Amino acid sequence: MQKPIEEANQAALSHMYNAEPVLVDVAPASEVMPQLGEGMLLHAGPPVQWPAMCSPMQGAVAGALRYQGWAGTEEEAAALASSGSVTLQSAHDFSAVGPMTGIFSPSMPVFVVENRTLGNQAYCTINEGLGKVMRFGANDDSVIERLRWIEKTLAPALREAVLRAGGVELRPIMAQALAMGDEMHQRNVAATSLFFRAIAPHLVRGSSQQASLSEVTDFLVGNDQFFLNLAMAAAKSAMDAAASINGSTLITAMSRNGTNFGIRIGALGNRWFTAPSLMPDGLYFPGFTSDDANPDMGDSAILETLGLGAFAMAGSPAVVGFVGAGTYRDALNYTQEMGEITLGHHPHLSIPNLDYQGVPSGIDLRKVVETGISPAINTGIAHKEAGAGQVGAGIARAPLECFHQALEALVNEMESR
Amino acid sequence: MAEKRDLLGGPPATINVGLEVFADTLQELGFPVVRVDWRPPAGGDHRLTDLLSRLERSGGPNRISDSEGPGT
Repeated sequence: MQKPIEEANQAALSHMYNAEPVLVDVAPASEVMPQLGEGMLLHAGPPVQWPAMCSPMQGAVAGALRYQGWAGTEEEAAALASSGSVTLQSAHDFSAVGPMTGIFSPSMPVFVVENRTLGNQAYCTINEGLGKVMRFGANDDSVIERLRWIEKTLAPALREAVLRAGGVELRPIMAQALAMGDEMHQRNVAATSLFFRAIAPHLVRGSSQQASLSEVTDFLVGNDQFFLNLAMAAAKSAMDAAASINGSTLITAMSRNGTNFGIRIGALGNRWFTAPSLMPDGLYFPGFTSDDANPDMGDSAILETLGLGAFAMAGSPAVVGFVGAGTYRDALNYTQEMGEITLGHHPHLSIPNLDYQGVPSGIDLRKVVETGISPAINTGIAHKEAGAGQVGAGIARAPLECFHQALEALVNEMESR
Repeated sequence: MAEKRDLLGGPPATINVGLEVFADTLQELGFPVVRVDWRPPAGGDHRLTDLLSRLERSGGPNRISDSEGPGT
């Protein structure tokens, strides 16, 4: 007979592995998250208020306030945010995840991903592309203008197409993209191409927005990381399905707000366990060094929580150089090392060059503490000052302190019953 | 007894557990060594190993409810 913790973990894994994420809509955030109303923004990572936010996240908040029309200038926006009259909440509490700064405002369109197995939904913003973007803390007029184009032109076209398609199943795209060399965190070129192939006919056929189609298709094919946000929403829908299961030691969320890193475990629901975010170890774009880098940031670690990103690095030789992981042997070592701290291998996300073994999937709190192996995360690196954007990419580690805290809390909880 | 004599009669077959320095020395002398990556549980932190033992003992509740549904 299995011990109760093992039973709980098997139940959690079953929900997680059997999730069938489907993109069912592209809608304004306030439409699908009605609690996200006037004067409220969501951000990446565990809860953090304005004074403790890192500079890029403050920059993104200021930009979002201007985008919403709640502030006219950056100075007004900063004054509004620092006055405490803007409610800032963790996106995770709204079943939402956003890359890097991860800011959501009510008017921003979001991908609506439904886990068809259990019916729960998860949300993610639309990837803005490269260059000056809000997710890296940029907030000038060009950033706001692009966000408005996404809202007024891209999102309506995608919405029509997704509804016309009757939804787009994401797990088959993710499985195929993994076999084509994406780890879906820092490399999404295959997944983006496959998604475009799935959505393109529905974009074109019967579109009421023929005039903007060339702009829309240019945007989609010009951004290799477009699928990142879809993969994140898919992963969130799977991890939420495994959350809040009594006795489970499964890690259900890992996330960073640029100041602190936070984790959640199945047995303790929505409670966060946090420690200061660590600095990523990576490669920097010309002209930048580690002195320019902000500590680890973003909700995108939900991908590693599922078993993608650094956990799947053995299936993505092309990403190894980009994140400065070393040789392919090192990539293989990352995947094997992450297998030491997971409860299993994902049955639907396999790595061809490991004889189709599934990615190591389902981080076990106990194994992390016992082995001292900290989850690795492939990540973009933001400049520590708002507005400068991305300065590199690399690999970050989750601080072990979060796991130690979670273990202590779990033991106290169980012994008090 | 025959096996014990054999142990000293030929070249050593070595499995090294943990500290790499022993394996390095043997390898420098030309002997094959199989390395086992072993570290003490929780890095030898007694507070953490105690917590892990207590978690194992407490086990968790006996009833797992699927009706709890997805969290946020």
